Amino acid sequence: MRRPSRDRLLSLGLIAPSILAVGVFVYGLIGWTGFVSLTKWNDLRPDYSLAGLANYASDFANSRFQIDLRNTVVFTVFFVVASVVVGLLLASLLDRRIRAEGLFRSIFLFPMAISFIVTGVVWKWLLTPSAGVNTLLGLDPSTNRWFTDPTVLHLDANTGIGKILGDFGLGFLASSEFGVPVAMLSVVVAAVWQMSGFVMALYLAGLRGIPEELREAARVDGAGEWGVFRYVLLPLLTPITLSAVIILGHISLKIYDLTVAMSPNGPAFATDVPANLMWQTAFKDNEFAKAAAIAMVMLVMVAVVIVPYLVWNRRQEASA
Amino acid sequence: MIAERRATAVPVASVRRSNGLRTFLRIVLYVLLVAAAIYYLIPVYVLLVTSLKSFNEVTLDRMWALPAGLNFGSFSEAWNQLSPNFVNSLSIAVPAAVLSSMVGSINGYILAKWRFRGADLIFTLILFGMFIPYQSVLIPLVQLGSGVNTALRDVLPGISLGYGSIPWLVLCHIVYGIPITTLIFRNYYVGIPGELIEAARIDGAGFGAIYRRVLLPLSIPGFVVVLIWQFTSAWNDFLFAVTLTSQPNWPVTVALNNLAGSFSVSWNIQMAGALIAAMPTLLIYIVLGRYFVRGLLAGSLKG
Repeated sequence: MRRPSRDRLLSLGLIAPSILAVGVFVYGLIGWTGFVSLTKWNDLRPDYSLAGLANYASDFANSRFQIDLRNTVVFTVFFVVASVVVGLLLASLLDRRIRAEGLFRSIFLFPMAISFIVTGVVWKWLLTPSAGVNTLLGLDPSTNRWFTDPTVLHLDANTGIGKILGDFGLGFLASSEFGVPVAMLSVVVAAVWQMSGFVMALYLAGLRGIPEELREAARVDGAGEWGVFRYVLLPLLTPITLSAVIILGHISLKIYDLTVAMSPNGPAFATDVPANLMWQTAFKDNEFAKAAAIAMVMLVMVAVVIVPYLVWNRRQEASA
Repeated sequence: MIAERRATAVPVASVRRSNGLRTFLRIVLYVLLVAAAIYYLIPVYVLLVTSLKSFNEVTLDRMWALPAGLNFGSFSEAWNQLSPNFVNSLSIAVPAAVLSSMVGSINGYILAKWRFRGADLIFTLILFGMFIPYQSVLIPLVQLGSGVNTALRDVLPGISLGYGSIPWLVLCHIVYGIPITTLIFRNYYVGIPGELIEAARIDGAGFGAIYRRVLLPLSIPGFVVVLIWQFTSAWNDFLFAVTLTSQPNWPVTVALNNLAGSFSVSWNIQMAGALIAAMPTLLIYIVLGRYFVRGLLAGSLKG
């Protein structure tokens, strides 16, 4: 009778350090960052007198932070959609009894093994206007400026759609604040290169888990290949799509290494992201409270995506 | 399986009609796959040809051309600049991977086989740690690390364990690696039948003996997955390293970014440096790709 209880204590004692470490280093330090974001510590020397929400107010009033938030949204949308589409396409192609399937799979997936820094350095060289892809395809460097392009595509307030939006009181949407910075799309190309193989692997695992009988049954019912894909496979892959969107989405919300290596700030902050601003604010400008506030905003953005996912995942597991 | 498919009754006429179309679609399929493969391999091609060129061959109009001959001058120059950082990366990633996998294995064992009240909640709370933007802990990590330096200054003069040092970075990799390593091992151990544990217990084995005699021998693949995963993450890390280490302790990612950011360094050296920085994890991927993919899929929870 004594033995189980001693083992029980031993097991609790051995997992306690990890729980404590996560408690301190994740939750404790987040709490501390949250506290710092409410102080006046915007100089080298810590000043913990409270400033209320002043740092948040000054961050959100900072036009660079506004640009960064726009960039994050643009990057996230393009990166997630492109990666999911490319990943699903590649997985569907590979799921058709392909010769050398293993070789193709390895080629599509190897970028996942290397760091965003290497990816950024290589793609910077590939997309430098005076070199790279432009010289390969004979494109004019002055019009194909890739990540050095300061253009922000947006609706024009004085043309059709812009006027209609204005009539509905949505005229503000027809401005560069809600536009698409062209330079960011170059970063998307590099990011998709790195991450789409991961999505392919997720989908391929999912497709392999769908019994052949289901496809066969649909074919017997007269469905063509597209019909099988659209009405049998795609609905069954929904949980995987959800996982992929959430994993990619939370990566893109905190993207840092790739933009730093490829194009740290970009022309008129066209490739700047909150993570970059946070780092420079804290460790270059020594405005720690303002940087902490940016970090907390990033945390909230990620938590909005991740917390429901964790809860959903736990429920799924509980019911399994 | 294939025989079964053939056996399904399909009108002969429709098979004949679709035969030509079928071949055509197969060709389209392979064309698409090869096109995609080119997109993934172009950076590798440029990386290789640029880094193998001699200095006077690195001109814009010859950027895509094969090098006239194999020239390893760029590599030796890049290696001269990056080798201390390469060694730093090894002394960060190897201990981080080894210690992480040990911690993860114990945690996974307990969460899978010694479940306690509230274990599920605690596990979910731990998992959250692998998704957070690390920006939200960077400032306190610097403060805490400086505190460690101050506290140890008199106790261990001349030895730095805190901010700026490699041990502090390793500690961060281990602590923030707890969620993923625990997750992988827990899911791995859940699959080990309870009967094996029960049998060992009847033989008188306790907590430690069950782990050593039953789980550990079955854990090799789990350890390979976690070792690879943690080594790759630590090797490829930039954010923690650039924030928490001082220049002599920079790993290769930080040094490479510095090298590539300076305008005085020519492209062939940058590309050779990138290849050097990518080589270890790339080799692991080529040799142990299967295990790498397993870690990758585990990172998306159970989905």
